[in-house]
Amino acid sequence: MTAIDVRNLSIDLGYGLAKKRILGDVCFSVEAGESFGLVGESGSGKSTILRCIARLLNVWEGDIRLEGRSVNDMPFVEYCRTVQMVFQDPYGSLHPRQSIRTALQEPLRIHRMDRQVERMERALIDVGLDPAFLSRYPHELSGGQRQRVAIARALILEPRILLLDEPTSALDVSVQAEVLNLLADLRAKRNLTYLFVSHDLAVIDHMCERLAVMQHGRVVEVMSRDVLATGQAQDPYARELIQASLEYDHAV
Amino acid sequence: MAAQSLDMQDVAMNGTRANPNSAFRRLLAVIRELLGNPSSGFGLVVITILVLTAIVAPLIAPYDPNVIDLGNTLKPPSAEQWFGTDELGRDIMSRIIYGTRISLTIITIVSVIVGPIGLLVGTTAGYFGGWYDTIMMRITDIFLSFPSLILSLAFVAALGAGLENAIIAIGLTTWPPIARLARAETLTFRGADYISASRMQGASSLRIIIKSIMPMCLPSVLVRITLSMATVILTAAGLGFLGLGAQPPLPEWGAMIATGRRYMLDNWWLVAFPGGAILLVSLAFNLLGDGLRDALDPKQR
Ligand SMILES: Nc1ncnc2c1ncn2[C@@H]1O[C@H](COP(=O)(O)OP(=O)(O)OP(=O)(O)O)[C@@H](O)[C@H]1O
Ligand SMILES: [Mg+2]
Repeated sequence: MTAIDVRNLSIDLGYGLAKKRILGDVCFSVEAGESFGLVGESGSGKSTILRCIARLLNVWEGDIRLEGRSVNDMPFVEYCRTVQMVFQDPYGSLHPRQSIRTALQEPLRIHRMDRQVERMERALIDVGLDPAFLSRYPHELSGGQRQRVAIARALILEPRILLLDEPTSALDVSVQAEVLNLLADLRAKRNLTYLFVSHDLAVIDHMCERLAVMQHGRVVEVMSRDVLATGQAQDPYARELIQASLEYDHAV
Repeated sequence: MAAQSLDMQDVAMNGTRANPNSAFRRLLAVIRELLGNPSSGFGLVVITILVLTAIVAPLIAPYDPNVIDLGNTLKPPSAEQWFGTDELGRDIMSRIIYGTRISLTIITIVSVIVGPIGLLVGTTAGYFGGWYDTIMMRITDIFLSFPSLILSLAFVAALGAGLENAIIAIGLTTWPPIARLARAETLTFRGADYISASRMQGASSLRIIIKSIMPMCLPSVLVRITLSMATVILTAAGLGFLGLGAQPPLPEWGAMIATGRRYMLDNWWLVAFPGGAILLVSLAFNLLGDGLRDALDPKQR
């Protein structure tokens, strides 16, 4: 089954003269249980794709289907329990005035879920945090801990699809590895589907089975992970990107 | 008033189910910070004295503020009557002490009306944007384009003189700057990731505004309300002075100055003491507001 199917997604942002095509005819699809990477230079529209799927942007054209159903036709409650998102900046994605308890309880209250305390404690344990963290505030946590809380919050509604917008790029390298391993474990345990945005080809190589390379708002090539090792991409830009990354790895 | 607003602040900062102990500790921390600075400490002390005076007015006032004693008119300050007596022989100090109740009533009612209205108008305008925002902001522009005393005068003239109408008129002129501020704050928060996250989790717009946006706007709105209390006191006194606010024989400070004006040249104490009280209290609110801004500024912690 296809978990995410994006067909001919286009979007223009800005008003009047500043209006600009941000995405043009983006097509790709992600199988259920797969982890799919999106790479490309800064400003190529990776976050925009996620924001369209996340229904945070509503003016796009084309077709986005989740598990075979168009996102616009899904009832919102059901939509929320199908897909959730983890944001890039762990400092901006948790409300500074809300305790971790409030942050985790809000979605449970909105969806009137049962056994709320048990679910909140379970969610924290699942991301490797002590349930005592419930009474803390975001400013009392480290960046890695915040990102774990953000992951716990995204998973508390038990979605099947997770959108990850550079979830580790704001973190220190060692913490980055921990969070990536956590994400890989969670996916294996819960059979989640990931759409994973990153600048870092090594991270994509570690996390994803397939990836799409983007340039100027277009998907230039969809390839499997193996291509990253060989560098045998069809598209010149994709080849250049992989080559640069390989050389960088050697240099380090 | 100060203590009460700090309390509100604290409840909001810690969420509804905050543990009361930590809320209390934060309140203490804010008070300590206010007292640590001489000017805001002065403001806090003056306002605390104002509140206490209003509560225990009957106990500490040496005389009845409304008893007329025609054998004892226009007496200068003396050991028995520290602030002297007015043209009807009433004790000025007692009248000033009872006047704190009127000022405090005005301030409390105005802030209770104006805070929620300003916050609601500002946050909804900022969050929804579009034509709703345009209409709301044009309305606040209209209010803002008049000096507040002139506008209150117009309202009181339309509604009729009296303390209640003065309070309504002052309230009507005080909410627009607060709405403006709340809107500006909302605009800076509404694109934040935590708002996007809570929208993705199915929160309704109303829920987002109340639970995520309002707590973020509250500190600056509180500071703004405290600062505008200085203006409120002055406007109330101005209306009283012009005979449109509290009516005699109510011991309202502005009205006291208005009646004292006729005797001012020979009997300075009739206007000097109520005038000093107005000055002191409005200065105190200004200083406290400035101090609160430093103590509550989220960017500093
Ligand atoms: N609201 C907006 N109005 C106009 N242009 C926008 C808007 N949001 C984004 N853009 C533009 O869209 C383009 C794509 O932005 P996007 O955030 O998707 O890039 P990205 O691939 O995620 O980059 P990065 O890797 O730096 O996060 C950028 O050129 C950006 O300037
Ligand atoms: Mg991005």
